[in-house]
Amino acid sequence: MSRRIALEGSFAAAEAAKMADVDVVAAYPITPQTHIVERLADMVANGELKAAYIPVDSEHSAMSACSGASVAGARTFTATASQGFFLMHEVLYWVSAMNQPVVMAVCNRAVAPPQNIWADYSDAMTARDTGWIQLFAVNNQEIFDFILSGFRIGEDPRVLLPVMVHLDGFTLTHVIEPVVLPEQEEVDRFLPKYQHPFALNPDKPMSYAVISSPDIYSETKKAQDVNLRQSKEVALQVWKEFGDMFGRYYSPIERYKCEGARTLLMTMGSLSETAKVAIDGKRARGEDVGLIILHLWRPFPFEELYQAVEDAEVLIVFDRCISLGGPGGPPFSEVRSALFDRRKDIKVVGLVGALCGRNLSVEQFEEMIDRGREIAEKGSKEIFETIGIRG
Amino acid sequence: MAEEESKTVSELTWQDMRFGNIYTKPGSAIRLKTGDWRSQRPIVEAAKCNKCGLCWLYCPDSALKPLEDGYYEPDLDYCKGCGICSQVCPKEAITMIEEEA
Amino acid sequence: MEGEFIKFGKNLVAKDEFLSSGHRACQGCGLAVTIRLALKTLGKDTIIGTPAGCWSGVGSMYPDTAWRVPWMQTLFENSAAVMSGVESGFRILMEKGRIPEREIHSVAIAGDGATNDIGVAALSGALERGHNFLYICLDNEAYMNTGNQRSSATPHGASTSTTPVGKVTAGQTTQKKNMVEIVAAHDIPYVASACPSYPFDLMNKVKKGAEVKGPAYIHVLAPCPTGWRLAPELTIEIGRLAVETGVFPLYEVEYGRYKLNVDRPKLKPVEEYLKLQGRFRHLSEQEIEKIQKRVNEQYAKLKAKATASAA
Repeated sequence: MSRRIALEGSFAAAEAAKMADVDVVAAYPITPQTHIVERLADMVANGELKAAYIPVDSEHSAMSACSGASVAGARTFTATASQGFFLMHEVLYWVSAMNQPVVMAVCNRAVAPPQNIWADYSDAMTARDTGWIQLFAVNNQEIFDFILSGFRIGEDPRVLLPVMVHLDGFTLTHVIEPVVLPEQEEVDRFLPKYQHPFALNPDKPMSYAVISSPDIYSETKKAQDVNLRQSKEVALQVWKEFGDMFGRYYSPIERYKCEGARTLLMTMGSLSETAKVAIDGKRARGEDVGLIILHLWRPFPFEELYQAVEDAEVLIVFDRCISLGGPGGPPFSEVRSALFDRRKDIKVVGLVGALCGRNLSVEQFEEMIDRGREIAEKGSKEIFETIGIRG
Repeated sequence: MAEEESKTVSELTWQDMRFGNIYTKPGSAIRLKTGDWRSQRPIVEAAKCNKCGLCWLYCPDSALKPLEDGYYEPDLDYCKGCGICSQVCPKEAITMIEEEA
Repeated sequence: MEGEFIKFGKNLVAKDEFLSSGHRACQGCGLAVTIRLALKTLGKDTIIGTPAGCWSGVGSMYPDTAWRVPWMQTLFENSAAVMSGVESGFRILMEKGRIPEREIHSVAIAGDGATNDIGVAALSGALERGHNFLYICLDNEAYMNTGNQRSSATPHGASTSTTPVGKVTAGQTTQKKNMVEIVAAHDIPYVASACPSYPFDLMNKVKKGAEVKGPAYIHVLAPCPTGWRLAPELTIEIGRLAVETGVFPLYEVEYGRYKLNVDRPKLKPVEEYLKLQGRFRHLSEQEIEKIQKRVNEQYAKLKAKATASAA
């Protein structure tokens, strides 16, 4: 019997790692991730989870230890945020290129300076090109489900890639929501034991990450790119299986009240739920607006995007991150670029706000949609605008 | 990189590089005959040699082969001509001579 | 251990070559000698992690690899962290019954730059956490792979490309960071200094380090003829002189107890060691005297610790 309990996002993440029977957890504490690592430490100390818990000396060492454990054949999990995420940056490339299916919860937090601890996606955006599968969770149930299915997707022999689950710092990590937890026996059926085809083995000695020359690097990178793109098919299959088994179906882009909508708003992460309320309000007042929520960030879901915006004339992309000096929030830039050749008739508008944990109200989301439609009609002096920023 | 070792590097395509960062053939460097690096080579005088094995022990390139009779023979495919063996030989049984041009 | 051996007195050295010929190390590479002998001691059930440095490249460059044991290149500063993960991974998988119990040595083989400088934090962390692994530092006293830039292991006075001999300064102005002491301060089961010029001492130390339960660290002075501006045939000779002059004493520290392995009644003058190397060519008599004085002081301190431990 599955059970429905109240869990804060951090604990949902820890619970997913526990039910997946991870073998190694190597992590370094950083707000707002601390509850995840603390909860896992409790579980290991109490014997609820049989794992090697490595309290490393830095986030760089955390991902490095995960890398070593993964290639030794151990299922590995870690979590971090913002500054810690940046510190492990070079190791992220290593883990993905070396086909090590580590799963990591990233408790999105704004980049310092100014020093801060609150949510936005500027940390996530720096990892765009690292070759990881990346998901954005909207609520605590999704945190649990994405981490659990993340192990399955990443470890699939056709994939063998690491998976990042992004979740809002504090807004999700520290907020209690109802979460449905499956039975362990069901999880065991869903998630087979981790097996790496080239795990470290003294009986089959191999050399890993040898130096490559200009003669072969490009072929290696292209192979990596193709593999990451193709992993979407596996993700779709796994989510179908997940849905059949646990009753919750996920897709790269979730559509909310999009029927007949000529104006669409795109969001990612926890504020999507506030946006839903705004959409409800506008729909009630007869406006044809809808919401699309991006769950799969990498590999970028091109086909699902095209389908989602098929009937739309205006797509307003709301970003909780900024690319300084650039053409807008990274998701906005990518969506615009993805649609450029496909649709000459759609206006894609970008708005940035809610940085560093600043909230946006339902009214502000309604304003965002109105302003978005205005920009689509009359243009704007800037390539993207901000919302809720004084001045 | 799976088993595409029959191709040379410049023949490999991206399709061959699914696990491009994992090289599965241990000790494949043996194909690189570093012997052509050297400018001098060791000559062993068996009469002076006491089969102590120190030349074999200290060779950075494992380029001295232990023979059945207990002597050691330089492996000219790989010997880089560093001269360590001639220096450590307690019987001065190894001399380094210039390679011909 | 299986396989055939060659006898050197009471020492048995495995015939198996776990490092094949055909690697691209310089002629006379002291690190090559060290790795070759260490691997003969460790045997086939060994996983090696090597960060950026000479031996992340010369041992393997696509598509060749000279390594006949599982070997991984790691990032520059994290081989201690990666091997922490490897040994933890194997340990938990054995505890959970997912792989059969067997002895697998997790060994990091890293240069002095990777150990003393950029990787010192990860190393300290791994030592403090007590992982069951062996860390071998191959110290050729500079960032040799990238062209002989100084590291904190470069000895005082040595000329490198970033501590060049100029009109205002000449050579390294600081003293060599004593990594053996830093590691010993972590109070781990086994710490030692070694040199390929004393091959049986080196191999015994590798064996001890591999067998000990918990972290073990061996700091190897690995002469580099290329970087030290030394005739390649003198690699073994120069290592011997380093020990005989007291510049690089051979000792062990087991849980804080010191033991000197080679203790000559009278140390040879350091000049005999320095004059063979082009990187010290510019040193004046006064500078050599200063170096001699410091060597004498450091050696006396070390002897005192060894005496105190023996008491």
